[in-house]
Amino acid sequence: MRFDSLLDSVGRTPLVGLPRLSPSPEVRVWAKLEDRNPTGSVKDRPALWMVEQAEKEGLLTPGCTILEPTSGNTGISLAMAARLKGYKLICVMPENTSEERRQLLRMWGAEIVSSPAAGGSNEAVRVAKELAERNPDWVMLYQYGNPANWRAHYETTGPEILEDLPSVTHFVAGLGTTGTLMGVGRFLRERVPGVQIVAAEPRYGELVYGLRNVDEGFIPELYDESVLTTRFSVTSADALRRTRELLATEGIFAGISTGCALHAALGLAAKAVKAGQRADIVFIVADGGWKYLSTGAYEGTLDEAEDRLEGQLWA
Amino acid sequence: MAIKVRIPTILRSYTGGEKLVSGEGATLEELIGDLESRHPGLKGRLMDENGLRRFVNVYLNDEDVRFLGGLGTPLSDGDTVTVLPAVAGGAG
Repeated sequence: MRFDSLLDSVGRTPLVGLPRLSPSPEVRVWAKLEDRNPTGSVKDRPALWMVEQAEKEGLLTPGCTILEPTSGNTGISLAMAARLKGYKLICVMPENTSEERRQLLRMWGAEIVSSPAAGGSNEAVRVAKELAERNPDWVMLYQYGNPANWRAHYETTGPEILEDLPSVTHFVAGLGTTGTLMGVGRFLRERVPGVQIVAAEPRYGELVYGLRNVDEGFIPELYDESVLTTRFSVTSADALRRTRELLATEGIFAGISTGCALHAALGLAAKAVKAGQRADIVFIVADGGWKYLSTGAYEGTLDEAEDRLEGQLWA
Repeated sequence: MAIKVRIPTILRSYTGGEKLVSGEGATLEELIGDLESRHPGLKGRLMDENGLRRFVNVYLNDEDVRFLGGLGTPLSDGDTVTVLPAVAGGAG
């Protein structure tokens, strides 16, 4: 495949079957390899759409500074796009994110502002909103509330899945900004009667839920419950176990949030087998495992790996 | 009929610091009522006049009850209910 530039090569990722993890020829599980995007994650799609939408609307002009709260992948995608398009990027990032992500951001020329670990991305969002108020000339694309985020998936990820697998019955993805689920979900619901859209939500260690009270929670503005069929909470232990299982049985080296989505996908597969129904279950491999090596997720016993992951934002 | 309930850090002031409590009820709403009898104040943190509070997520055996039957979700002996505040998490 030939492209005019790196930015033109975003998307059109492979959809690969998992013959060993699929329970039967009638119930199949498929991995959408989003780590094959230019910066190695699914976030290249929404990042590019948000930037190009802001350009179309005249919000972003040459030399502008982009500000974004991000735990890593969106920042890395934006950093690459910003470098190629001539913008400055400032990322607000919780301090409990992996060192690899920080190095990658710096490498592409982004500036990092750290937000407190306690409270996770909630805090990053709060800090970014404050900075945006104090610096009105900075452009915050705001992935949690920017419709271009889900649009990217509605226009690209969704159509790719349907084209490659018209018999799709289930779509599973991790729940963060909710953009992937909202975009692919809306697209598939319009075209595939009875399709199930299932969210796999990472359940972190207690530090991440360190809010002062339950009225300070956060729900991304993009989230629309009616797009989902259901939503599962997946523990770090289950996510880790599935991440390793995916590597050991199918050879796919993925990040930990992929284990989270796979756990939900295999749960749905087991349910379909039990009900005697056919199923083609697609889940998102959001990124590769490279950025998580320093977390120790792939070494030692699962218990040890889980302890090392405690308090970290692994998705 | 015993149901295990996981309590998040921010609500443990109502359970004497316990992270795991047990309760009874044929539905989630009955369970919350039962918990309130031993942990006064907890119900008001989980529910308001509209049902479950907006930033409170409740999972029955890891599935979000909002997709199961909300407060009317039927419970069985041996179930685990997990309460978590809604956070932005990490993804992104």
